[in-house]
Amino acid sequence: MENLKSVIGEHPFMQGLDEHTLDTLVGCASNVRYNAGDYLARMGQPAEHFFIIRHGHVSLEINAGPRGIIGVHTVEAGDVLGWSWLIEPYKWHFDARAVELTRVIALNGECLRKKCEQDHDIGYALMKRVAQLMEQRLTATRMQLLDMYGTHV
Amino acid sequence: MAAQTDPMLPRPFRIEKVTHETADTFTFELSQQQTNGNSGFDFACGQFNMLYTFGTGEIPVSISGDPARPQRLVHTIRAVGSVTRAMKKLKKGDTLGVRGPFGSAWPVQQAEGNDVVIIAGGIGLAPLRPAIYSILQNREKYGNVVLLYGARTPQDILFEKELREWRGRFDMQVLITVDHALGTWKGNIGVVPDLIKRVKIDPDNTIAMVCGPEIMMRFCVIGLHNRGMEHDTIFVSMERNMKCGIGLCGHCQYGPEFICKDGPVFPFSKIRTLFDIYEL
Repeated sequence: MENLKSVIGEHPFMQGLDEHTLDTLVGCASNVRYNAGDYLARMGQPAEHFFIIRHGHVSLEINAGPRGIIGVHTVEAGDVLGWSWLIEPYKWHFDARAVELTRVIALNGECLRKKCEQDHDIGYALMKRVAQLMEQRLTATRMQLLDMYGTHV
Repeated sequence: MAAQTDPMLPRPFRIEKVTHETADTFTFELSQQQTNGNSGFDFACGQFNMLYTFGTGEIPVSISGDPARPQRLVHTIRAVGSVTRAMKKLKKGDTLGVRGPFGSAWPVQQAEGNDVVIIAGGIGLAPLRPAIYSILQNREKYGNVVLLYGARTPQDILFEKELREWRGRFDMQVLITVDHALGTWKGNIGVVPDLIKRVKIDPDNTIAMVCGPEIMMRFCVIGLHNRGMEHDTIFVSMERNMKCGIGLCGHCQYGPEFICKDGPVFPFSKIRTLFDIYEL
């Protein structure tokens, strides 16, 4: 458990969290490994976990019908994956597929939500980090929507 | 320097080779037809020429070749307008008019002794390629060298063979991303400014060279600044409607600057206040 705690504490997303918060998070955490091609998340399925990527490369994809499966973002070591565990109805909005062998720390969403409700300091600390992550993704998505390299430029 | 008496007079160049880089982007290798005893075309990394398609028009295009190989003048062009679409139809043996080289250069000498971060988006890799060649030819003079490159899709990646070579070197870090891709793509997906957080940057000893769409450069500058880099160590290449190429006609005026003469490469500190004025 100590090892898990240090891995979580050293992850960029979690930096600055106090010992108490880290101890609480460890109670919801487990080490998980995904082989290339495995899915960490499927669109429409319950978002039961929040992933801290330790190693590997995960593609976030959307099934665009006739256009096929479109990759819209990738995450890798140093990143985190998923905020659907925090927002009702707690379901994934995309697929997440391991492009290569990927090792993660999976934090159980229900467990995290309960602890956030019990201790709002923990909830606020996590919410601040998730909000920053959302802002970064929103900015990146807006840039993608601009189609910067399109022929109109 | 190639002999040039009148900067407004195009010189005829023969197309020696055409390489189709992507569906809409191609590279010309040109040789000078009237050499006057000097067949080389000397230029500085980052400079551009005015290329004239006879009967259609003239456009500014950055030089994308190796400054150490001046025998061939190399331009990489994306077919997006009437002149570039006409150029795309040209073949080996056809003639183009060339005026130049014009403008300022990437700070490859100033960067000696420092780490170098090169950030390119889309066709923006073409104006940076001469700087990459130059830096790699004098690799021992630089610290860490990083190339971050973003393209629209995997099919739009320029100079793929060279990117593979550069990525295979032990003395250069190359990260590539695309805005979106089909499921078969195994590389990064996301915008190029997001790659900045993935590389080590020593802000006091790094020179950054950035070229791509203005919105991309804006976010790259923010990303580099957030990593501690000062604006006078971040260089960007600006693009406007260059016509004369020598700062006379005013078409490319950018506040008090002329992109063709004072740019296209600027330290960001010099144009920072202009960058936020929408009308410019």
